Amino acid sequence: MTTQTEFHGALLDAQQPVPAGLSDGKGRPAGRRYSVYRNNVAVSLGEALGTGFPAISKLIGPENFKNLAGIFLRQSPPASPLMMHYGAGFPEFLERFEPLKHLGYLGDVARIELALRRSYHAADAPAANASILQSLDEEGLMACRMALAPAVQILRSPWPATSIWAFNMVPGSPKPQARAEDTLITRPEFDPMPHALPAGGAAFCQSLAKGETFGAALTAAQSETPEFDLGATLNLALSQGAISEILT
Amino acid sequence: MLDTRPGDPSLPSAPGVGYKPQHFSDILNDARPVEWLEIHAENYMGDGGRPLAQLRHLSERFAISVHGVGLSIGGEGRLDPEHLARLKHLVGWLNPASFSEHLAWSTHDSHFFNDLLPLPYTDATLTRVADHIDELQETIGRKMLLENPSSYLAFDESTLSETEFLREVARRTGCGLLLDVNNVFVSATNLGYSPQGYIDDYPLDLVGEIHLGGHDEDEDDHGAPLLIDSHGREVVDPVWALLDYTLDRSGPKPLLVEWDTDVPDWPTLAAECKRAEAALSRVPA
Amino acid sequence: MSTTMKTVAIVGAVAASLAAHTTTAVAMEKEKCFGVSLAGANDCAAGPGTTCAGTSTVDYQGNAWTLVDAGTCETLELPAMADGSARMGSLTELDRDLPTS
Repeated sequence: MTTQTEFHGALLDAQQPVPAGLSDGKGRPAGRRYSVYRNNVAVSLGEALGTGFPAISKLIGPENFKNLAGIFLRQSPPASPLMMHYGAGFPEFLERFEPLKHLGYLGDVARIELALRRSYHAADAPAANASILQSLDEEGLMACRMALAPAVQILRSPWPATSIWAFNMVPGSPKPQARAEDTLITRPEFDPMPHALPAGGAAFCQSLAKGETFGAALTAAQSETPEFDLGATLNLALSQGAISEILT
Repeated sequence: MLDTRPGDPSLPSAPGVGYKPQHFSDILNDARPVEWLEIHAENYMGDGGRPLAQLRHLSERFAISVHGVGLSIGGEGRLDPEHLARLKHLVGWLNPASFSEHLAWSTHDSHFFNDLLPLPYTDATLTRVADHIDELQETIGRKMLLENPSSYLAFDESTLSETEFLREVARRTGCGLLLDVNNVFVSATNLGYSPQGYIDDYPLDLVGEIHLGGHDEDEDDHGAPLLIDSHGREVVDPVWALLDYTLDRSGPKPLLVEWDTDVPDWPTLAAECKRAEAALSRVPA
Repeated sequence: MSTTMKTVAIVGAVAASLAAHTTTAVAMEKEKCFGVSLAGANDCAAGPGTTCAGTSTVDYQGNAWTLVDAGTCETLELPAMADGSARMGSLTELDRDLPTS
């Protein structure tokens, strides 16, 4: 009998012999016919990683990426049949991978790529009508809450991760400058886009995401960044449809 | 065992195509001769965004067939309850014209291999597959179609032929069958039997849908032909001939053209579907 | 003007400058998302034959990681971070650290 434990054990490990009990249908051992399955698994998972992490592939080179993906897919095959979410452990893998440790930003760039996929498949939510903000007095403004759309993703990085992503993915983007960058991914309609947040913007958005009041979010941002640019942050969030509801 | 409810939607005996998002506009502009679309269930299990918006839009104009590729019906372990729930949700809101899955496994020890892996045909695997189909049909509240796989090797322990296996699964569960004639041609070539003989033994009255696709050619260790179900090119002439042979015996059926890798532009795909339309037109209804 | 009053003014100005959003049917087809739509799609196709991808032994052991091409990281040069760790590096540095194979 050829159990699925035997069959799958050799799928991702070419050092293991072809499982016993398999033939070509004419009495000869299956031999390389089994390799068709080995190949299907490695190629399809490798391609899923390649389409999921195009910026990483550009950063380290497509052939290096292919070899790296070959290692990752053998260590971490998908845990779910939804390929749209495959590669959740890839950022940590990149950070742990000794030969790439000097490229410290790879993990955070990969996190942006994962977050773009989450955003793409997130639930729809129409943008809030911002005009209500014009009618609030001081007290009302500080007490209101702003719900973020499900497609919104907030990431923080000690690297210029957003700029590195854009440099590789958006033609004409400038060379990244040495600085820490936080990312706000928005999806105005169906296409997610990463934006670099002004300093303090991530603390502001994370506070709103937790359901805290506008006043609390402002305090969180200002205590982290005294010169926090509220206007720029709010303009980005509202114009990109990141705020789906304003509760007064 | 599940009976078909009267009033359930069904696929037309006309050409359909495996839907790819890059063809959205082409299909809305002029889909001829395509009358229905098939989607891979797992790609529409997100919470929202463009995939679901497109699907909702298309489902107002076309009959939709939902084709699962990740349930692992042939798996030794139990079916993934979360995945069953996702299928139930999708089939529930979309109310597709058809639901189908594969005679294969892809998950083991909670690892998903993203490939349709083969199983031996024995009394034990028959019981397991039938139990899993019962569970799925109970969950989604409708009957499914089970597709024959492309085989690259045979199991020494098999005691049943594939057609005997499929016929018995259908008898026990009430499921219908999805006949992939390219898979028949690929398996017959790879394992050395007659594709026409397979069709002769196959319960054609249970067929709810026929698949067509392109394959690649390779060789085994002994230089024998080894065909690979790559879905990356035109359907070859011997497979069109096998389709004619099948339709002569089954009568008209919903015909799907699958093209999953190196996906061509719409006119190329529409040309394949026109060939499918021609094959259907020569069969008396 | 008090700080809070300034905040109210900023928020009011931002809100006033925004046009109302409408979702268009065009958005459903026009793809501008850097390949995200194709990332990790499920299908039922088989890979290209018995070629090397499935049988190559790319298991990483020790430093046995061979670089075969270069990427855009070569062109990124940024100074070290405050803690002294390299903020950026290039793959050429890597060659230096590896035993020649």
